[in-house]
Amino acid sequence: MGESLIANSLWRNIYCVLAGDSSVCADNGYSAGFLPADMAWLAFILTAAAIIGLWVNGILGGVIVLIWGERRLFGRFQSRTGPNRWGPWGTLTSVADAVKTMFKEDVVPKDADRILFNLAPIMIAAPALLVFSVIPFGIGTYVADLNVGVLFIMAITSLTTLAVLTAAWSSGNRIAILSALRSVALLISYEIPMALAVVGVIMLAGSMSLGDIIAAQGVPFILVQPLGFFVFFLAAMAEMARAPFDLTEAESELAAGYLNDYASMKFGLFFLAEFMAEISTSAIVTTLFLGGWRGFDPIPSHFWFGAKLIAVLFVIIWFRMTLPRLRVDQVLKFAWKGLFELTMINIVVTAILIAIWPQPTTGELWIMAAINWPVAIISIYLVSKLLGTPSYDKPQPDADAPVYPVASASIPASSVYSAESTTTSAPEGGN
Amino acid sequence: MAIKTQPVTVNLGPQHPSTHGVFRMRVMFDGEEIVDVEPIFGYLHRGSEKLAEERTYTQIVTLTDRMDYVSSMLNNHAYILTVEKLAGIEPSPRGVWLRMIASELQRIASHLVATGFLIQDLGALGTPLIYAMRERENILDLFEMICGARITNSYLRPGGVFMDAPEEFWPALDRGLDDIVRTIDDLETYLSGNEIIFSRTKGTAVLTPEQLINASITGPMLRASGVDWDLRHRAPYDYYDKVTFERILHTASDNYARYWVRVQEMRESVKIVKQCIEQIEPGPVRPSFDDVPRLIRPPAGDAYVGIEGSKGELGFYLVSDGGISPYRMHVRASSLINLTLLRDMLIGGQFGDLFVTFGSVDLNMGEVDR
Amino acid sequence: MTTVWSGTALAEAIEAFAPGSVESSAGTDVWLKPESISVVCEGLKTRSEFKFDLLSSLTAVDYIDHFEVVYHLTSLPMNASAVLKSRVGLGRSDAFISSVVPIWRGADYQEREVWDLMGIRFDGHPNHKRIMLWEGFPGHPLRKDYVTYDQSIAAGAPDPDTESGAVESGNGDE
Repeated sequence: MGESLIANSLWRNIYCVLAGDSSVCADNGYSAGFLPADMAWLAFILTAAAIIGLWVNGILGGVIVLIWGERRLFGRFQSRTGPNRWGPWGTLTSVADAVKTMFKEDVVPKDADRILFNLAPIMIAAPALLVFSVIPFGIGTYVADLNVGVLFIMAITSLTTLAVLTAAWSSGNRIAILSALRSVALLISYEIPMALAVVGVIMLAGSMSLGDIIAAQGVPFILVQPLGFFVFFLAAMAEMARAPFDLTEAESELAAGYLNDYASMKFGLFFLAEFMAEISTSAIVTTLFLGGWRGFDPIPSHFWFGAKLIAVLFVIIWFRMTLPRLRVDQVLKFAWKGLFELTMINIVVTAILIAIWPQPTTGELWIMAAINWPVAIISIYLVSKLLGTPSYDKPQPDADAPVYPVASASIPASSVYSAESTTTSAPEGGN
Repeated sequence: MAIKTQPVTVNLGPQHPSTHGVFRMRVMFDGEEIVDVEPIFGYLHRGSEKLAEERTYTQIVTLTDRMDYVSSMLNNHAYILTVEKLAGIEPSPRGVWLRMIASELQRIASHLVATGFLIQDLGALGTPLIYAMRERENILDLFEMICGARITNSYLRPGGVFMDAPEEFWPALDRGLDDIVRTIDDLETYLSGNEIIFSRTKGTAVLTPEQLINASITGPMLRASGVDWDLRHRAPYDYYDKVTFERILHTASDNYARYWVRVQEMRESVKIVKQCIEQIEPGPVRPSFDDVPRLIRPPAGDAYVGIEGSKGELGFYLVSDGGISPYRMHVRASSLINLTLLRDMLIGGQFGDLFVTFGSVDLNMGEVDR
Repeated sequence: MTTVWSGTALAEAIEAFAPGSVESSAGTDVWLKPESISVVCEGLKTRSEFKFDLLSSLTAVDYIDHFEVVYHLTSLPMNASAVLKSRVGLGRSDAFISSVVPIWRGADYQEREVWDLMGIRFDGHPNHKRIMLWEGFPGHPLRKDYVTYDQSIAAGAPDPDTESGAVESGNGDE
């Protein structure tokens, strides 16, 4: 077994409970496990299955809770209750939704390409699950700590684009393809700012491994890299196609987006993938910018991670409920002319700071934060001036310079009708 | 090298979440740009004008409720004024004040619907809409207090209104007006500070005043282009010359201007209601049945009265032959005429602006189709 | 306050620039000859003594032996209003009149509605189609002699919807 597997304490705990006298376990202070020594391969398989099962079920359970939580938050934002019928405080609503979705009729359109049609939901759900494998949920709680963790995340989340296009193409529906192309334009445009925003974090941590990034956050990187956080947060919301960037599920050829032809559990998978993306984005933001599972000692690290995750989720849901959506050309303009420039500024400034202080200590991180915040505020202000809508010069017309002459003249008094001045010529052709 | 593209025709059918009511549009667009729009309506045509020829003048009030169903009081008001002009009826003062209060409250409710649904169509997933609708619920509760019905009121009668307001109406009205002002402030904060709303609505679907007047368009659409034409100022009916309120004008004539005008008009309506409350005197709310019989038989002739409805000039043309039913009733439907320039507003614009522009015209299909 | 043009004064003023176009006038109304509608309306819109730039309402009334097209005009610069009427289709013959859409764009949907429901043709209308009812609807419902299918069944006429045209007993005693 590799070094990395042993370093993973979750793996070690489960394996060593199962395995027999293995040299590995003995070194780490475990006595004999359940299985005899020559069935170590079985222990290997069981441990892998246990961890995979734990992860997948955990994520799906989290999605279930998130669906309920989001709908209740929607209700509270709108001064209403939200779902409260199924289970205490409506907690079983997601279960009801899932059962309903499973029992719907699974329709496949006549012109659809069957193989791709069935493949597309899997193509979108699998990467969403895969992202969670590198995120540490607490001290030592991860599946694999790749040394190219961030690159892995960026690459896997890019697969959504392909899945969207496959879904639309295989539907055989012209309008779906149009809608999907718009969505693909959105996704591609926002990948670049998203990836570039993380470059600052990587430079500060000196490595792409998520474990190292968390270890390097003596000061949470949201304070040290405000521009990076700003850009990454917005780009990630766009990647999830969430308001204010949710033009794909909007009025654009409404009721005929790329998901139109999917029914039943295939649609359920798209739906699940969207929520999994939401949790994974929050988890990535927490790990990269908020310090992951770092916190104060008596409270366990899993709790810190969970609390930060919920805070980021709350902000994402809050944005969705409050803001109207942007038009597609405005969305693309914002990515290329706004976020891209901000990331460039961020990379240049961070590179200069790293050149001055390589391997920054906590005190030096605070100094970097103090430098980065004014830079961030000024550059965001300048970009907003560049992209913002100009205000009106003179919205109200002057009283003495009317736009159109109204009641400026009057008809002569002799033309005015008065009841006495009826004439003798009566109308012909009576009523 | 130009890429060869092909325009696509999409049918935004009568059932659609974003068209307010049953309205169909066949849109041809090339990429994102709209090339042609053909509006098709008539799905809600109920033959009100023909039905009116078989009902008495008082029974037609119930028909008029259902035309523009978010501004019933205003429809009633326009119709009753026409009947009074046709029959030469002198209305009772208290009835006039009460119907002015009802009309202005109805105008606020109609504009709340328009503004709430604008922000909904822009994509804010319902939160501001709920606030606007919650306020409209208060107004509908006030209507229920006065006349027993929330939406299709049939409150007005020739000469006034049919029932006096109960004791508990007046304090509820005072409280309600304060709540309305608070909600208008909320909605205005949303409109006046939100960059996304600016970028979506400013500069889109601009029309010139000459275009609008030539197309017979009146109401908030006309005032959003700077033309100072409000029938309550220019041709005051009832006691609108005894109340003072400002002229709400905006020169930009784009979607944002039209919504801004509606929001500000709500404030002016609140002012009017407050002045009506101060000036109202006790008395009968409708003439006695000796002066104005139950079954009115206006003398032969015709009359047209146009009032400032929530969407523009709302007029009724009644022809009488001396009987208990009108010989002909025609409704000058402001929504139908406001539709005239829809095609001009949309062509050349982007597809994303289609429903925003459509919402800024503030149509009501009950009035378009009658 | 909007001033209302008196019929006689308006008739005189119209005769001044378009002689021979006025049939009669009374009260606030002026009756014009149908063939002179375009000329008169053009003048009323552009000439400085009228400036009727807003067509408030365009409608039609069925007075059994003829139809009457009614125009309600408003002048924003002068805050005045006037009524024009024109008798067409005398003897219920082919009713037509020239369209004022080139003059006031707002007449577009209103003229289509009059064609749809009353059956008066507007020559020169850019999109002369039915507006409320579907193409192929039999008849023009707002006319006084329009009889619905229901009524024709009760009167004994064959119901076009049933194949054999069998007559069903209608309401009342037959």
